[in-house]
Amino acid sequence: MTTRIVELRRGILKKNDELAAGLRGRFEAAGVLVLNLVSSPGTGKTAFLQRTLTELLARGSRAAALVGDLETDNDARRLAASGAPVRQINTHGICHLEAEMVGKHLEGWDLGALDYLFIENVGNLVCPSSYDLGEKIRVALLSVTEGEDKPLKYPTMFNSADAAVITKIDIAEACSFDREVALRNINEIRPGIRVFETSAKTGAGLAEWLDYLARERSARER
Amino acid sequence: MHELSIVSSVVDSVTETLKAYPGATVREVRLRVGVLASVVEDALQFCYGIASEGTPLEGSTLVVKVLPVIAHCSSCAQDVEIPSLQSFRCPRCGEPVSDLRQGRELEIESIEIDEVTETV
Repeated sequence: MTTRIVELRRGILKKNDELAAGLRGRFEAAGVLVLNLVSSPGTGKTAFLQRTLTELLARGSRAAALVGDLETDNDARRLAASGAPVRQINTHGICHLEAEMVGKHLEGWDLGALDYLFIENVGNLVCPSSYDLGEKIRVALLSVTEGEDKPLKYPTMFNSADAAVITKIDIAEACSFDREVALRNINEIRPGIRVFETSAKTGAGLAEWLDYLARERSARER
Repeated sequence: MHELSIVSSVVDSVTETLKAYPGATVREVRLRVGVLASVVEDALQFCYGIASEGTPLEGSTLVVKVLPVIAHCSSCAQDVEIPSLQSFRCPRCGEPVSDLRQGRELEIESIEIDEVTETV
């Protein structure tokens, strides 16, 4: 017997990372802007996304969505009410989406016919942060009902985000939501991040969000 | 709680590597895990016992090296260690930092194996 140390220096999620890199290449070639939406369960990702899809379609943009949940196709049905093509991914117990699931559920879709593709992740602020889905922009959402310190409690997710969305801003006052504290906490974890304060119900903040999407998309075409 | 799938990937990856070393047994598997990788060492250790059972890795030790966040501070023009995940600021000058150089790692660094020595 001889003892030997074998150096590997290999990413544990190498398989996912490679698949995600492949997806990213496909998305870029097709000219579709892809966003990965992450939050706790109950933040209002689906309501926010439904409103976003409706508004984008009304502006003449072509948008589609994949939505991840452990079980049920309830969210896909809600999102489909916007008129956009939607597919449900059921993970059957897995707490996050992986690049392979995304790739599989894109089969048959013409990415070149899309301007935007939204991937609504499983509601979970921990595990999805480790899994690259090939997105260009990772959006972390938090609602005014969750407490201003959410970014401090889940720094690994908020630090990995490219944009942050505060939802349910229409009930901020009823929740004694301290806007300044929330913004400070988000910036403490992810300095300089773009933050959108929105309400899917009243449409507050949606115009800024949609302008941001349009700018990010045209930045890709340049 | 995705540590089981993380550890299962480790077991698969090491099992694949072992094909190049027929008959070898694994003593130790060493990981490098950044504090921003969203995995917990205790959970990794707990899952490792389950995931390695019945594989060539059964009975081996999992060693987890935890890596702190290192960011580049443009004001100080140098890389600095961020001591807390509650504030991404340079500990020297207090400026916010967003250019991270370390902290998201999730990798297998090396394995220590006992090889069968050929007897002539």
